[in-house]
Amino acid sequence: MSERVFKPVAKKQDQGQSVPAEEATGLINQEIAEDIESILDQIDEVLEVNADEFVKSYVQKGGQ
Amino acid sequence: MAVAKVCGIETEYGIHVAGADIDPVAASSLIVSAYKDSNWGTANFDLSSENPTSDARGVNLDDYLDSTIDSKMLNTVLTNGARYYVDHAHPEYSSPECRSVRDAVVYDVAGEHILRKSMKNANARLPEGVEISLFKNNSDGKCNSYGCHENYLVSREIPFSQLATMITSHFVSRQIFCGSGKVGRESPSGLAVPHGYQISQRSDFFEEVIGLETTLKRPIVNTRDEPHCDSTKYRRLHVIVGDANMSQYSTFLKMGTTALVLSMIEDGYFPGNILIAHPVHAIKQISIDPLLNNTVLLSDGRRFTALDVQEALCERAINYVSSHDDIGLRHDEAQIIVEEWFTLLDTLRKNPESLHLKVDWIAKKKLVDGYQSRHHLASGDQKLKAIDLMYHALDEQKCLAKKLPLIEIVKHDEVLSASRIPPLDTRAYFRGSVVDKWPDQIVNANWDSIIFDPGNGPLQKVEMNEPLRGTRESVGLIIEQSNTVSDLLARLGTTSDFTDIV
Repeated sequence: MSERVFKPVAKKQDQGQSVPAEEATGLINQEIAEDIESILDQIDEVLEVNADEFVKSYVQKGGQ
Repeated sequence: MAVAKVCGIETEYGIHVAGADIDPVAASSLIVSAYKDSNWGTANFDLSSENPTSDARGVNLDDYLDSTIDSKMLNTVLTNGARYYVDHAHPEYSSPECRSVRDAVVYDVAGEHILRKSMKNANARLPEGVEISLFKNNSDGKCNSYGCHENYLVSREIPFSQLATMITSHFVSRQIFCGSGKVGRESPSGLAVPHGYQISQRSDFFEEVIGLETTLKRPIVNTRDEPHCDSTKYRRLHVIVGDANMSQYSTFLKMGTTALVLSMIEDGYFPGNILIAHPVHAIKQISIDPLLNNTVLLSDGRRFTALDVQEALCERAINYVSSHDDIGLRHDEAQIIVEEWFTLLDTLRKNPESLHLKVDWIAKKKLVDGYQSRHHLASGDQKLKAIDLMYHALDEQKCLAKKLPLIEIVKHDEVLSASRIPPLDTRAYFRGSVVDKWPDQIVNANWDSIIFDPGNGPLQKVEMNEPLRGTRESVGLIIEQSNTVSDLLARLGTTSDFTDIV
């Protein structure tokens, strides 16, 4: 890859605008209190199927 | 002197089948075979004696596998130079060799893209109601673990015992910024409890300080001596102690700091007084303490927290980078690594919660704690474990790490490109490029050799003993201008890149 510089990629905020992540960090910190509620709502959506059953059935054969 | 830190990451993905009782080896085979498209290359690594399509239910998954693919040979090389195969009942992606840490992150994320694409293709083939899901994690919460291994090129001049003793300090303590977080505790002997939150997915599973095993009695330092290159000059340090990261930032620092610590060891610059007395105990003591207060005994009798250990290593690395010319990494990248490392440790000490968009275990903890508090759930509630698992889902709609969202350091177009095109500056360039151009004439591709069938005579083997030969700069034009494999081999014979064409 040609790009050598470590630079966080701009993240799309809820408002739909791109903000460079370095600048956005402060912004995100301020907004996190509100955001966490909407994220928790989304967790509810993801876990809407039977979470207990999913956890029970998530059994892996051991690997390395 | 430190050798170039050529590096890469291999990941075994967790696999879950809903709606059918399909053997995980068969499901993994379907995943790997479903990737078949223009990226599909050919290679035979080791032929497996397993029968991955036999299904405990009596359903033959061959019905869903591509008819042109031998399901027992799901072991291939992609055009980006990676290896993609079924290993230990998991689909596994081994990234190509990378010359920079950032590239290692790019090709790791490209692996996620490839697995995600495979998952979508496979599910499109399956009957309604049956769905395969993939997870980039390391534990099922039931005492079964599967690995995310890093590989680094190191000099053979350093006695391995010395290397192992020193790097252990880093392996035990680095989890505070590259652990992926886990709900509950497990033991390799089969005891799992759902309570509590710990920093690392993997730390529960380490029982030895050093050893050859990777599936039982796992050692913190793995002694597998399989350099896949010139064994008189190099070792490949095969690191099995790490967690698979969803955070690109964590992957970057995990790889970057480890590469730098290895270079310091090679250059005799490692701080000899920062050695952990009881590493197997220490790695667990650090993992189970998200407050980062637990101390571990050093060999000289002092007690350090993981942060203390990391700060000592980071401080030494800052001096190392500023005082040495050849440090195994490019200086601009090494500078970024030490700056980010220093800042991260400082933040971990002062305000760790603010790292919830950078560090996996902190991000996951925020989700778990927030959800537990909102729904007044008891410790050990299965929903909290479900959050732990879904944090690592490859399905972007369900992946909880994507909901935050974590800071990304790799652009999407880079990921797309890296899923098809190899790194330009390692031997992976040669491997990926010839697999792309002459897939039908490669009998066997491996990390350090490729066997061609020119079609008009005996098979010909090209050895690739030097990881930094076979780059675009040295062979790009030759590959481009060669119309046939015979042509390619004739032209290669005139270069010094591959000394052994037999």
